[in-house]
Amino acid sequence: MTSLLAVLIDGSIYASWLFLVAAGLTVIYGVMRILNMAHGSFYAIGAYSAASLVGWYFNNGIGPAWISYLLLIGAALVAGLIVGVILERGLLRLMYGRDEILMVIITYALLLILEDTMKIVWGVNPYFAYQPYSELGRTSFGLLKVSNYDLSLVGVSAVIGLVLWGLLERTNTGKVLRAVIHDREIAVAMGVNVRLMFTITFVIGTILGALAGALTAPAISVVPGIGIEVIVLAFAVVVIGGLGSIGGAAVGALLVGLSRAAAVHYAPEFELFVIYGVMSLVLAFRPEGLFGRTLARKI
Amino acid sequence: MRFDKTEISLAAIAIACVLFGFVSPGWLIFLLTIAFAKALVVQGVVMQMRSGLVSFGQGLFYCIGGYTVGMGGQFFGIHDAIAALALGMLVAIAVAMLLGLLLTRYRDIFFAMLSLAFSMILFGILVKSPELGSTDGFNVHNWTVFGWAPEGGEGSQLTVFTLTVLAGLVIAVLIHRYTKAGIGVICEAVRENEVRVEYLGLSPRWLLYGNYVCAAAVSSLGGGLTALATGHVDPEMAYWTTSGEFIFIALLGGLGHVAAPFIAAVVFSVVRTYAIELVPHTWQMILGFTLLGVIVFLPKGLWSLVSRKKSGERA
Repeated sequence: MTSLLAVLIDGSIYASWLFLVAAGLTVIYGVMRILNMAHGSFYAIGAYSAASLVGWYFNNGIGPAWISYLLLIGAALVAGLIVGVILERGLLRLMYGRDEILMVIITYALLLILEDTMKIVWGVNPYFAYQPYSELGRTSFGLLKVSNYDLSLVGVSAVIGLVLWGLLERTNTGKVLRAVIHDREIAVAMGVNVRLMFTITFVIGTILGALAGALTAPAISVVPGIGIEVIVLAFAVVVIGGLGSIGGAAVGALLVGLSRAAAVHYAPEFELFVIYGVMSLVLAFRPEGLFGRTLARKI
Repeated sequence: MRFDKTEISLAAIAIACVLFGFVSPGWLIFLLTIAFAKALVVQGVVMQMRSGLVSFGQGLFYCIGGYTVGMGGQFFGIHDAIAALALGMLVAIAVAMLLGLLLTRYRDIFFAMLSLAFSMILFGILVKSPELGSTDGFNVHNWTVFGWAPEGGEGSQLTVFTLTVLAGLVIAVLIHRYTKAGIGVICEAVRENEVRVEYLGLSPRWLLYGNYVCAAAVSSLGGGLTALATGHVDPEMAYWTTSGEFIFIALLGGLGHVAAPFIAAVVFSVVRTYAIELVPHTWQMILGFTLLGVIVFLPKGLWSLVSRKKSGERA
C-alpha cells in the first residue's frame, strides 16, 4: 500500500515537473512549428539565474524567506524575456519558413552556443539555492515524508497548464493564434500581425522554460549540462502527447511520470529507459501521438 | 566491371591515404582514422537524408558496431578484427530489420525522435550493465588481422588506419553506384513527393526500409573501426549528442557526393581538435556558429563549393 502511494505521489511530482519543462516546448511547436532543441538551455538559464539570485539573497541575509519565491519567479521572467526576445528577433526571425527538420538542427546549433555562453557567464562550478526548498518543510503520508516544495510544484504546474489552456482556447488572442496555426497566409490577409504573434509565442515559450528551470533550481545543484539532460525527456513527453497539444503534454507527462515512478519502486534497472519505452509504445499504436491530428496526404 | 571517373579517383585517393599513413606522425593518423570511421556513420545518416529522413539516433548503430567488436574479443573469443567488424554489421542489420518495421511508418520529426528514443534505450541499458563497465565502458584489445597481430602501438594504429581507408573505399564505391542507379535516384523522389512515387507503383516504405538497414550496417562498421582505433568503447556512443554530431557532419558535407562526408568529417575533426585545444570552454559555441553559418551560407554543404565551381566552368 505504501509503495503504491509512493508511486502515485512520486509519479505526480515527476509528472508535474515534466509538464513544466515540456509546456514551453509545446507552446512554441504548437504555434510556430519549431521543435526547439534549445529549450533545455532556456531551462538551464532559468535555473542559473534563479540560483544565483536566490543564493545572493540568502548570503546577504536581506529579508524574509518568502521573498525568495518571488525572486525565483522574477529571475525566470526576466531571463526568459531577455533570451527570448534576443533569439527570436536576432536569429529565428530570419529562418522562418524552412523545413521543420532543419529548424530542429538550427535550434541544435543554438543549444551548442547557449551551453557555452552559460559556462562563460556562470562558470563551471555548481550553484545552490536549497533554502526555498528546505524552508517549506515536509508532510507525512503514513510512512512517507514528502517535501512540501515538491508538492506545491504539482499545484503550480496545474495552474500553468490551466492558464495556458485558457489562453489558447478561451480568449480572443488564443483564437487568433489558432487561426495563425491553421493558415498563416489567410491570417496575414485578415490583418493579423503574425510576426508579433510569433515573437510573443516564442517569448512565452522561453519564459516557461526558464520558469521550469528556476522552480527546479532549489531542488538540485545547478551545474553545466542540466539543460541537455532535460531536453530529450521534454521531447519524449511532447511527442507522446501529440506535438503542440497542451492537454497532450499534460497526459504525456502523467503517463511518463507514473511509469517512471513505478519503475523506480518496482524495477529500478528500467528507470533510465522507461520514458523511451513508453514513447515507443504510444507511437507504435498512435503514430501521431495521443492528441496529434492525422495529416491528410497531399500530392 | 567498369569503373567511372569518380570511382577511379576515390581509389587513387585511398591509395594515397594509405601511403601517406606510413610517413605521417601518429597523432595525424589517429585523427584521420577516427574522422574516416565517423564518416562511415555519416554515410548512413546521409543515405537516409537523401530520402528525406533525418535520423537523430544513428549513434545506436555506431554503438552496436563498437560494442560488438569489444564484446567479441572480451567474452566470445573473437579476436579477428575483420570477423568482429562483420559480426557487428550482422548484429546491426538484425536490429535494424526489426526496428525498421516500426520506424518506416514515420516521417519528419517523428522519425527523428523515435530513432533518438531507440538509441537512448540502448544507452540506458549499457549504463545499467555493470558487466559491461556501466558508464565507463571497457577496453578493446588483443585483436588480430587474419591471425596476424600488429606489433606495438604504432603498428596497430597503422593497421586500423589502412583497414578504415579500405572499408571507406569499398563503402564509398558501393554507395556511389547505389545513388547513380535507378533505385537510388528514386530516393530523392521519395523526399520530394512520396505519394507520387507510390503512383509510379513503387513502395516508398520498403525503399526506406532497405535504406535504413543498409545505413545501419554502414554505421556499425564505422563504430567498430572507431572501437579498434581508440581501443575503448563506452555508452556515450549511443547518447543523442553523438548522433547530433553525425547530423552536424552530414550537413557540413552536404548530400551532393559520396566523398562529401569524408571531407566534412576531416574538417570537423580538425576544427574540433583545435577548438578544444585553443578555447576549451567555448568549442561547442564555435561548432554552433559553424553549423548556423553552413545552414545560412552553404545550404548544400561544403561540397557545393566544389560543384559550384564545376557548373560554373560548364556555363
